[in-house]
Amino acid sequence: MWKDLPLHPEQASTLAQPVDLLYLFLVAVSAFFALLISVLIVVFTAKYRKDRPNATSAHIEGSTLLEIVWTGIPLGLTMIMFGWGAVLFFQQARPPANALEFTVTGKQWMWKAQHPTGQREINDLHIPIGVPCRLTMTSEDVIHSYFIPAFRTKQDVVPGRYSQMWFEANKLGTYDLFCAEYCGTKHSQMIGKVTVLSQKDYEVWLAGGGSSETPAQAGERLFSALRCITCHNNTAGARGPDLAGKFGTEALLTSGAKVMIDAEYVRESILNPAAKTVNGFQVGLMPTYQGQVKEDDILALIAYLKTFGAAKAAASPATGNAAK
Amino acid sequence: MSSTVLSPSAKASPSSPEGERKTFLNADYGWKSWLFTVDHKRIAVLYLISIMVFFLIGGTFALLMRAELLTAKGDLFEAETYNKLFTMHGVVMIFFFLVPSIPAVLGNFLVPIMVGTKDLAFPKINLLSWYIYIVGGAATLFVAITGGIDTGWTFYAPYSSTYANTNVAGTAVAVFITGFSSILTGLNFIVTIHKMRAPGMTWFRMPLFLWAQYATSLIMVLGTPVLAITIVLLGLERVFHIGIFDPALGGDPVLFQHLFWFYSHPAVYIMILPGMGVISEIIACFSKKRMFGYHFIAFSSLAIAIFGFVVWGHHMFVSGQSAYASFVFSFLTMLVAIPSAVKVFNWTATLYKGQVSLETPMLYALGFIGLFTIGGLTGVFLAVMGLDRHVHDTYFVVAHFHYVMVGGMVMAFMGGMHFWWSKMFGRKYPEWIAQFSSVVVFVGFNFTFFPQFLLGYMGMPRRYHQYNAEFEVLNVLSSAGASILGTGFLMTICYFIWSLKWGQVAERNPWGAKGLEWERAPSPPPTFNFEDGERIVVTEDAYAYTHEEPHGGSLQEARK
Repeated sequence: MWKDLPLHPEQASTLAQPVDLLYLFLVAVSAFFALLISVLIVVFTAKYRKDRPNATSAHIEGSTLLEIVWTGIPLGLTMIMFGWGAVLFFQQARPPANALEFTVTGKQWMWKAQHPTGQREINDLHIPIGVPCRLTMTSEDVIHSYFIPAFRTKQDVVPGRYSQMWFEANKLGTYDLFCAEYCGTKHSQMIGKVTVLSQKDYEVWLAGGGSSETPAQAGERLFSALRCITCHNNTAGARGPDLAGKFGTEALLTSGAKVMIDAEYVRESILNPAAKTVNGFQVGLMPTYQGQVKEDDILALIAYLKTFGAAKAAASPATGNAAK
Repeated sequence: MSSTVLSPSAKASPSSPEGERKTFLNADYGWKSWLFTVDHKRIAVLYLISIMVFFLIGGTFALLMRAELLTAKGDLFEAETYNKLFTMHGVVMIFFFLVPSIPAVLGNFLVPIMVGTKDLAFPKINLLSWYIYIVGGAATLFVAITGGIDTGWTFYAPYSSTYANTNVAGTAVAVFITGFSSILTGLNFIVTIHKMRAPGMTWFRMPLFLWAQYATSLIMVLGTPVLAITIVLLGLERVFHIGIFDPALGGDPVLFQHLFWFYSHPAVYIMILPGMGVISEIIACFSKKRMFGYHFIAFSSLAIAIFGFVVWGHHMFVSGQSAYASFVFSFLTMLVAIPSAVKVFNWTATLYKGQVSLETPMLYALGFIGLFTIGGLTGVFLAVMGLDRHVHDTYFVVAHFHYVMVGGMVMAFMGGMHFWWSKMFGRKYPEWIAQFSSVVVFVGFNFTFFPQFLLGYMGMPRRYHQYNAEFEVLNVLSSAGASILGTGFLMTICYFIWSLKWGQVAERNPWGAKGLEWERAPSPPPTFNFEDGERIVVTEDAYAYTHEEPHGGSLQEARK
């Protein structure tokens, strides 16, 4: 029977073991205090029971020393837990710079994912072992949450903004993917599998996944198809700012403020162009693309802008740090 | 300290043969005398009956959920029905049982008696609060009968504001209305405790139950309006499509979570602080001893109430909230854990060198300490950021808050009801059956909720209608436990009702307890609580079970 009762999910990412270690520390501390209190209650109840001979109650007001001790020790322990947990959290929140870039879009009730090379899959994610993978995620409707217990990580997927998560798988196998944020009727069916492949198998898988265009290529196509290029070009008197090599740099706005050109800003500028217009250009000239582009399209455009003119502006960090 | 003014024996002569003595129960008859009463004790009884109705309804929803979860497949109900069940379970249990439970029943009954006065400061407002509660409750039942709601009790936008097809607006109205009943109760308690204490009842002579009610009332008055505002905004967006939370309308869904938890986290303390007050009374009485560290327990209630307002962000570590904000919220959450730990240690220390006996209220109180300790410690797990990323929104959370809410508040409510039952109704419940039931409840509770910690760490998300086969064993255990727990509660309700007619008639102070409600008020008390013309003057500290020894070695003794 105990074989059917494992106490933690498989450890399949570099984050799993550190999380389990922290968990065990907390379990140990909790077990100690729960036992301590239980034993004290049992001992006191037995030893000082009312029907013992000559029972009287001692008059005890309290003890400042004891109060200090039992305030101080828990405080110290919780500070250790807090610090340890915070360090781990920032590790979980900061993807390494060389991570593979995946995009994930949640919608009622499925997970759509796209690989850096353009392959798409639904409710599945195939990733290579030993390589950090970064997921840029958004939702088309309500809040979802991308949760892979074997990797000990999850992140809410929120409509209207991008969230990030990353992991590095270190064990081959197929693991559960759950939606952890209640999202409506079929919430419990918004599940899938994450498959960790060897580097070689991953390449084989990619090759069999249909030769679609990469997100950046799709973005380049959309950049023309949606007529972005009509205004955003490098000609004198262009009606919009040239976007080549701009991603990951700062822009001066009409308001005088500065803004980092990152995924969130690009998204906002496509859907609500008047919100933050670059200095020197007319506010309200660009129409909104709300309703004309899908979340996937915006992600493709962002991927394109990251590479667009990257050669020209080799110095600027093309991967940016939009995440955090 | 002398106790000459208090001479309970003079008036506590066996009251059973009197028969004709007027009490608040027989002062008047007929439905009008109840529905138009302004007597805080009658209002407490009205509340008791109403919250028990909601407790049974909410409990039925829970048992239906556990029946569905007995198997991994979603085979008993449709997914939508299951989603409605957990939503209604949460809404009913939180807003219509847990929040009003101890304050509105035991608080209403005891606060005026404990401060030594005739009634609350605003008796009519007290009655109004019950009517508001009933209107809100009726609206909720109407929603439940006409189709229900499936958003989860947390009403997260934009699901609730735009996507859900169920009656969100109706539920929002119901919760909005009910909030005012809490605000009015809180207001009444604050004013009563400030202005109506009997001569000699200084702040630091107050029973710790009053300190806990006072701290709770502060949260009710300060926090509930924020819930009301949040719900109004949600309603505006849902009905008039004003963009506040839905990004498609230009809103921010994470803003909803900030507003919601700004109330709902402190509300967690509304649901546990009064229980802590009850436990303090019971522990002192059944140890026959002065409460260890009275001041520390009193101030820890206030500390919890204050810190409780600045930790809401710990519900949002993976929501997209800034990591730096999470960092601060995690730190502050650690601080709010400390006063709870202080209480647990002080309660335990009170047993030391006392005269401990294990009547039913004490069994519940000791059970409370154990379960609350586990509930509190597992709360720290969730406040640790790196760990929360894994256990957030899993059954670990479900297990944690049921250890606090059921293992804590419901145990305290049960303990308190047994403790003061004879005072409220003048009859004793059958002790043996009650002790047995309390063990059944304790065992059933742990079987129900302990497996959920394991499920959560394994990764089973909450609010799942169907789940992976490997989670089934633990879910079967949990469902089996729920049936035991349900049986325990039903037994309790049965013998309580039985005792109203056939229970042994209670004397004034069956437990030999200290406190105005035991020493000065008959069981049950007359309409104005104390016997005619009796002037209440308090001359001693709370829990004066022992008297300071001449050489005052008390502090040394504690250290041993």
